[in-house]
Amino acid sequence: MKLLGLIHYWVFAILLMVGFYAVIAKLNLIKKLLGLAIFQAAVFLLYITMGVVEGGTAPVVQAGAVDAVYANPLPQVLILTAIVVGISTMALGLGIVVRIKEEYGTVEETEIQELDQP
Amino acid sequence: MIGTLFSVFVLLLLLVTAVAIVQTANLFVASMLAGIFSLLLATTFFLLDAADVALTEAAVGAGISTVLFLSALALTSETERTPARWSGLALAVVATAAAVLIYATFDKPAFGDPEAPVHTHVAPWYISQTAAEVDIPNIVTAVLASFRAYDTLGEVFVVLTAGIGVLFLLSARRGIAYRDDIARRDGEGLRHYVIPRVVGRLLIPFILIFGLYVQFHGEYGPGGAFQAGAIIAAGFILLALLEGEERALQAVPLQALLYLSAGGALLYGGVGVASVLLGGNFLEYRVFLPGPAASQQLGIIAIELGVGLTVTGVLLSIFHAFAARGRGL
Repeated sequence: MKLLGLIHYWVFAILLMVGFYAVIAKLNLIKKLLGLAIFQAAVFLLYITMGVVEGGTAPVVQAGAVDAVYANPLPQVLILTAIVVGISTMALGLGIVVRIKEEYGTVEETEIQELDQP
Repeated sequence: MIGTLFSVFVLLLLLVTAVAIVQTANLFVASMLAGIFSLLLATTFFLLDAADVALTEAAVGAGISTVLFLSALALTSETERTPARWSGLALAVVATAAAVLIYATFDKPAFGDPEAPVHTHVAPWYISQTAAEVDIPNIVTAVLASFRAYDTLGEVFVVLTAGIGVLFLLSARRGIAYRDDIARRDGEGLRHYVIPRVVGRLLIPFILIFGLYVQFHGEYGPGGAFQAGAIIAAGFILLALLEGEERALQAVPLQALLYLSAGGALLYGGVGVASVLLGGNFLEYRVFLPGPAASQQLGIIAIELGVGLTVTGVLLSIFHAFAARGRGL
């Protein structure tokens, strides 16, 4: 159980950094946004992992259940809304990228910077 | 034991998929992999006892975000042309940070420990009081729509604002560098392909009914308005992909989508204002009906309806904004 939890946290750490690598090293703006999505997913995974209670079940009360143990509902509420907010802000980012493509004719960061040189 | 092995297997697949998304230079492949990544993440959430979150991630991540990335790719380009910059330095930075994060995990409370700080603060109160104060089985919905309804109001307005932002960005006039090399779609969808059309047509009514079920059964089982909004939007997006955007816009016109988006948020805020006018605090449902649980349930159904309308409206308007841009409108 202890090891399983550690594996979840390690996967969180590596996913977070894989996403972060794409954000800082990749030059294609769409790839940067995909990296940001991975980064975001890693944070979701951290929260949900922390909400688990040993021997627990999903926090939906079942009729007649005695002494039932439930997972912590609070991280789940936070992440549930964060996922929907995440897709909306991701769409906003994609909208900006589409407009950049239309103005500059490219979505590669170096080419955009070259075009911006006076 | 089998369960543990399966969890580890899915987690490793998640890692492999994430690395593949970053590695591939073909953005079309990366978008499809992102859909698989979301489905794996939803599986992991389900294994971690978070059924509501799994449903949301499956509907939003695997359904809608893939379509959005693909629409954006149609408007930009499908391949990544420049290689990574300072990739050695970036790798060193992320490897160091990952090592620090992994070192920190050894100090975290044990996985599933009921005595961990996160489980001993306010969570027990929500779990024990939901039955008495709200009397609905799904604690997640109770916290989302009743105890912390004020936070959820904020989230709904963030979704609405992001939707307005996308509409502003994508309805602006085109700039000087706009060229016709951007692939234009004819807006006919997959009308010429028989198998997807037949299968899709069969599926769409069930997707919509399932969305409504998730909306109205969210108090009793996993589900709720955020998931329902995403599922219903996915149903209409499927219709647009199969039959062309024009047919989908005939079913639900753009104007109606704008009214839906704004109307849902207004309904949510209106419930809050109504509770103030009736002498309670903002979003305090107690004042609506005699009997504490009945009024809570009425309030939850009303604001969940608002959330569902806004999420459906915003996600669909975003999709149509990208699609219309692709057809040169």
